[in-house]
Amino acid sequence: MKKVFLNGLLKENPTFVLFLGMCPTLAVTTSAFNAVGMGLSTMMVLIFSNIFISLLRKFIPDKVRIAAYVVVIAAFVTIVEMLLKAYAQSISESLGIYIPLIVVNCIILGRAEAFASKNGPLASAVDGLGMGLGFTCALTIIGSIREILGAGTFFGFSIFGEAFNPITIMILPPGAFITLGLIVMTINIISARKKKKEESKIA
Amino acid sequence: MLKDLLVISIGAIFIQNFVLVQFLGICPFLGVSKKVETGIGMGLAVVFVMACASAITWAVQQLLILFNIEYLQTIAFILVIAVLVQFVEMFLQKSIPSLYNSLGIYLPLITTNCAVLGVAIVNITRFGGMDFGFIKSVVYGATAGIGFTFAIVLFAGVRERLESSNIPGFLKGMPITLITAGLLSIAFMGFSGLSF
Repeated sequence: MKKVFLNGLLKENPTFVLFLGMCPTLAVTTSAFNAVGMGLSTMMVLIFSNIFISLLRKFIPDKVRIAAYVVVIAAFVTIVEMLLKAYAQSISESLGIYIPLIVVNCIILGRAEAFASKNGPLASAVDGLGMGLGFTCALTIIGSIREILGAGTFFGFSIFGEAFNPITIMILPPGAFITLGLIVMTINIISARKKKKEESKIA
Repeated sequence: MLKDLLVISIGAIFIQNFVLVQFLGICPFLGVSKKVETGIGMGLAVVFVMACASAITWAVQQLLILFNIEYLQTIAFILVIAVLVQFVEMFLQKSIPSLYNSLGIYLPLITTNCAVLGVAIVNITRFGGMDFGFIKSVVYGATAGIGFTFAIVLFAGVRERLESSNIPGFLKGMPITLITAGLLSIAFMGFSGLSF
């Protein structure tokens, strides 16, 4: 169970390792707050759709399974959308059309196909939680970097004071691509170093 | 009317480019942009499906409004798009096999392309829920698809060159691709000065 949970958080991190769900990752990470909102909404949908699909896995005919998964996912996305509209108007407005677009986030369909359709509801829920947290963390990291550099704030609080001259391009679309590129580069460097260390240990 | 359509087209292709400015359809943009030809194939398939999807989801939306069940939008749209892609695939296979063979593998991928669902939702939410109208919706869908094609073909051209260039090891693959996309996106920001 712990392995399933950590798998999504680190080893198979949906954003930094598998490169799934790129659209929301790049689009809504203009601030840390938006990133957390998007991550948590996706996590809710992911957990519930995983549980539901896992419960239905023996009843869904193999041929129409993708269509069935999509309907289940769309239903939960609609629920989350309505809840956000009712209780978190500001997040709902700033995320805009990217909330209904959670339906086509490949992480959710991918986990339904790869995990929930083969495992029990409890394991699937844990998998959804791990993957969802992994996604939320990744988004928050990207969002924080972009917000700090691009606006000089963190979760809306100014951290550099008046003298700071923000690098506006970081919160504009190009900043999203460049930030993610540099993060992946950093991960590559770290994992290459780790590998070298392990190799020298063996030798 | 004609002027409106022109404004919508230029806006969809350059200023509000679906891939580089709105971040819709990033997966195929990064996934199938290794060669210019595959980029063109994917792009044409997307133009076609997005135009059809805009037309059909417009009709579906009218139905939903009629029965007062707009909250079912997301479910209805994604189902309609999945069915539409399946139909397009079957139709092309029967009647225009040459086109089907060249697009073949890209068609099923389009269902999960968020640009298609995205255009359907943008069409109905634009201007504060005001009706975009049938013709404008279809034109917006088609030109947004053209913008997608434009971006993916340009990007594929750059990536073909990247293959043969000398890149530091830790930048190889995804990082350099993303940074290149960032530079292309900066280029597209130049168009934002055009906004009407």
